[in-house]
This record gives sequence, structure tokens and C-alpha cells, in this order.
Amino acid sequence: MKVKVLVTPKATVLDPQGAAVRDAMQHLGMPEVNSVRIGKYLEIEVDDKTPNLDSRLNDLCRDLLSNPVIEDYEVVK
Amino acid sequence: MKFAVIQFPGSNCDQDCLAAVNGISGVSAEYVWHKTTSLDGFDAIVLPGGFSYGDYLRCGAIARFSPIMASVVEAARNGTLVIGTCNGFQVLCEIGLLPGALVRNRGLHFICDMVTMRVEVADSAFTHGCPQGSLLRLPIAHGEGCYVADEATLRELNERHQVILRYATPHGRIDPSANPNGSAENIAGICNREGNVFGLMPHPDRACEARLGSADGRKIFESMIETIGSSRVRAA
Repeated sequence: MKVKVLVTPKATVLDPQGAAVRDAMQHLGMPEVNSVRIGKYLEIEVDDKTPNLDSRLNDLCRDLLSNPVIEDYEVVK
Repeated sequence: MKFAVIQFPGSNCDQDCLAAVNGISGVSAEYVWHKTTSLDGFDAIVLPGGFSYGDYLRCGAIARFSPIMASVVEAARNGTLVIGTCNGFQVLCEIGLLPGALVRNRGLHFICDMVTMRVEVADSAFTHGCPQGSLLRLPIAHGEGCYVADEATLRELNERHQVILRYATPHGRIDPSANPNGSAENIAGICNREGNVFGLMPHPDRACEARLGSADGRKIFESMIETIGSSRVRAA
């Protein structure tokens, strides 16, 4: 099974990379772009016959794949 | 008195930290490989700067799971002095020994510069050799040194006097012009509530001799040594 994890900076955390890309997009003819936030996208191949997969995956999303102080995550199957 | 300098794959200030400590008489430093699991016999722990695990995922995110880190946490809980410089600070935040996190510099640039910071707490275990309000000149070299924490955490850090160093102008003023990376409230270094774990983005290890442009970093290591010495006297 392929699991997709999206990690995004929390709304309260400044994302200077996103701001730079927003500026570039505006500069390149899209002044209507209001904001860009840059996060991470992970594709994880996992054996889905293992027990407690969801909770174990969520634990690792919280502890390793994201830092809850600055990021949110979402698991998409 | 013995300091441990933890080496992760990708650490690159381990030699600077070792030389900084060994340059002070009466102390010695030894490397401890990250796969080791014991820190017995060490009086203090140094997490050096660098790019542990290539900074993959987030700075310090993978290093915090290294086998040695369980012993670092245990030693910290038992009151051993722990200092993390640069990447070491990032690891300490990732593992939760220090609050907050370090993110990409506001200006996106990797900054390599000599900067001034003000000592905000003079009686800490790491700065009691420096009068309150005194200025230190230390080098910084980082791409992800912007300190962030939520409002409640910042309030608590201030109330409990855990902000040890703030970036300052050469005249000692704390203002945005002196903030190299966008850190909240110009924060350059903080300690934990108990006061025995200290993380800072600047490199005291690279400023322990006048010929390196500043010897101010030595004051931090000397303060640690004094703290350990006086606690031994108390214990005896």
C-alpha cells in the first residue's frame, strides 16, 4: 500500500521560502497569487497487513516526519 | 573533569569543540560516537555544530533518535550540564530538552558572520563568568537559526529567565537591526527550566582564542567548568 504524508508549516510560523516563491509568481505575471506555503510530500510504501498500522504511522508522523512545534501533518491513503 | 563531545555522522564542529575544551587547563574532552549508549564518567556533554544526517527531513530530526541520545536525556534529567551549539541546539529542540524550534533564516541566506550578543542572565551555569548585560562576540554559521516558539512558551522563557543570550547591536541594544536570522525576540540562546541544558546558535567553540577573532566563547566553557567544580564542592 502507498501512504502519502503531507507536512506543512503551521499557519503561525513564518515561511520565508513560500514568501519568496509567492513574490516570484507575482513577478512572473500572476499578481493574483496571495500566498504560498511550502511543505513536504512523502510517499511511503508499506506492508498493509501489519497490525495497528494507522496508530503506529501517526506516532511516527508526529515524532519523526513532522515537528509539532512548527508543522502539521496529514496522512492520505 | 571530563567533557563528552558527541559525534554524529555529519557533525563538523566536533574538532572545534574538543580543541576549545582541551585548551582550558584541568579539563579534557573526548569524542563519543553517536552509536555508543553510555556517558558514564563524563561531567558535561557537548552536542557540536554541523549537519547531522545531512539535515535531512529537518535539522536534528534524525540525530535525536541516535542511540546515544537516550543517555544524553538521562544525564540531562540527572542534572549534568549539556550544551548544544548550532546543530546541537537544533537537536536539543527536536528531542524536547529545550522548547521551541529552529527554522529557515528569515532572509533565506546561510549566514556566516561574527555577531554581538548580550548576556541576559549572568548567574546561569553557562554564563556566570559574564556580568549581566555584557556583550559577547561570537561567530554564527547557519541556514536554519531562526528561533520560533508560541507566545506562551516565549512568555514562560522570559518569566523564568531562560533566555540567556540575545542578538544585540555593538552598543548592546536589542533591536531588529541586530537580529541576523529573524529569531523571536532576538533570541540567540536559551536554557531549560532547570538551567542545566543550554542551546545556542552561535559558536563559542570557534571563538576561544584571540587569534580567531574573539576569545569570548571561552567564557561559556569556563563558566561550565566553574559550575561543575562548585557543585562538586557542594556534594562533598
